[in-house]
Amino acid sequence: MTGPEIQATPDSSWQNSWREFPWWLVAIFVFLALMGILIIRNPAYNNAFQFIVPGIQVTLYTTITAFAIALVLGLLAGLGRISRNTAVRNIAITYIEFIRGVPTLVLIFTVAFVLVPPVSNALQVDNRIVTPNTRAIIALAVIYGAFLAEIFRAGIESISKGQMEAARSLGMTYTQSMRYIILPQAIRNISPALGNDFIAMLKDSSLVSVLAVRDITQLARLHAGSTFRFRESYLVLTFLYLSMTIILSLLLRWYEQRIGKDRG
Amino acid sequence: MNDEIIIIDNLHKYFGSIEAVKAVNLQVKRGEVVVVVGPSGSGKSTVLRCINHLETPTSGAVYIDGVHLEDKQTDINKVRAEVGMVFQQFNLFPHLTVLENVTIAQRKVRKRSKEEANEIAMEQLRHVGIPEKASAYPRQLSGGQQQRVAIARALAMQPKIMLFDEPTSALDPEMIKEVLDVMLQLAEEGMTMVVVTHEMGFARAAARRVVFMDNGQVIEIDTPQVLFDKPKHDRTKLFLSKILAH
Repeated sequence: MTGPEIQATPDSSWQNSWREFPWWLVAIFVFLALMGILIIRNPAYNNAFQFIVPGIQVTLYTTITAFAIALVLGLLAGLGRISRNTAVRNIAITYIEFIRGVPTLVLIFTVAFVLVPPVSNALQVDNRIVTPNTRAIIALAVIYGAFLAEIFRAGIESISKGQMEAARSLGMTYTQSMRYIILPQAIRNISPALGNDFIAMLKDSSLVSVLAVRDITQLARLHAGSTFRFRESYLVLTFLYLSMTIILSLLLRWYEQRIGKDRG
Repeated sequence: MNDEIIIIDNLHKYFGSIEAVKAVNLQVKRGEVVVVVGPSGSGKSTVLRCINHLETPTSGAVYIDGVHLEDKQTDINKVRAEVGMVFQQFNLFPHLTVLENVTIAQRKVRKRSKEEANEIAMEQLRHVGIPEKASAYPRQLSGGQQQRVAIARALAMQPKIMLFDEPTSALDPEMIKEVLDVMLQLAEEGMTMVVVTHEMGFARAAARRVVFMDNGQVIEIDTPQVLFDKPKHDRTKLFLSKILAH
């Protein structure tokens, strides 16, 4: 005997595909389909949907703008985090640890009501011109900048030291080496993590409703409050978030598989 | 004195409390090939890495073509552009094609146009015998081919000096020769080279002088004939008996 034989019958491969089949995705699609039918057929759901859906524009605008700013902040803080300059490094670490130690909701209040007024005064901008939505975007960007900084740092540190040495030994400056050699590789490595944080931010954008920004969460709250249709309002809201996040996370999985193959 | 393109003057390097390099002095003449041998941990790579300032000496000085590297006024990037380096692990840029690997520093450091950089890159790729791989990515190449691209990448900067840090140690045995052949050709063309290697055949064929290092110190410097066949020091004899026994 040379040990148990490995089964390679059609039966086992059929069992395998049964086990590997994405049942979770079917379940989610069933939920989304049922909700779709309710929205089309049921007037109460339909009303809720009509009322909430214009908020998608605000939700997406807030998420995309804040994420773009957060990418810049995160890159700067991530580079600062690994800087050999003690002052720069400590400023970056202070920012990151400060933000990570305070709940997101609390930070949104703090940025919007405590941080923005003096800053806009200093810049001689009328405090009232800075809309709640702008404050919300600044808050989310500052918060996510700290999370993204750690991702950027990890991404840069994942590139072998030999890459920087090779670039420097060719006469490239530190900045050139970062820009042309290290960051392109690091960003590719961390792009799945960045995608995950984009999805997380899309969900966290619901918190801006506390500033009365009319995103989908705020509209759902308003609709529920005025019609007392709590079930319809919040199920439609759930439906909208889940539709957006599931599409994004499927795109992300597809992208990860593609870059995974590329490397193989 | 102008003839000496590399001057290492009383070099010391500590890593924490460990003294990796102790009072090393070495001069290399223009066009000279110097091979550094010695047991692992003897400090030979550290000395090499001090020549292009990848390591900062704890004390002592390194002069490249009369430029003092430890001087705060020295633009180290300018010096490094004149000193090519080839690493044990190749360190090609995996996200760039072979051609881009060989052109990137030319374009960003030498500020050459794309056309000019490509032309010089292709010339150097022909030099190392793999022009047909220009559009491949490093991962599609064998170890020997990757190391030859790394040599072409350094040569494309048209350096005055080439440093080799155990260039064949990470290669499969059948690929060592193709890399050594390129290095031999380079030596014959008159390139100034400092080579850390365990390839004694290369040292005999190409080196004008061989440096034996042990425990952070230079023990003996001589022609390969003398150093390999009639070494003066017991430590050199012991080392050679170990590596030449089989």
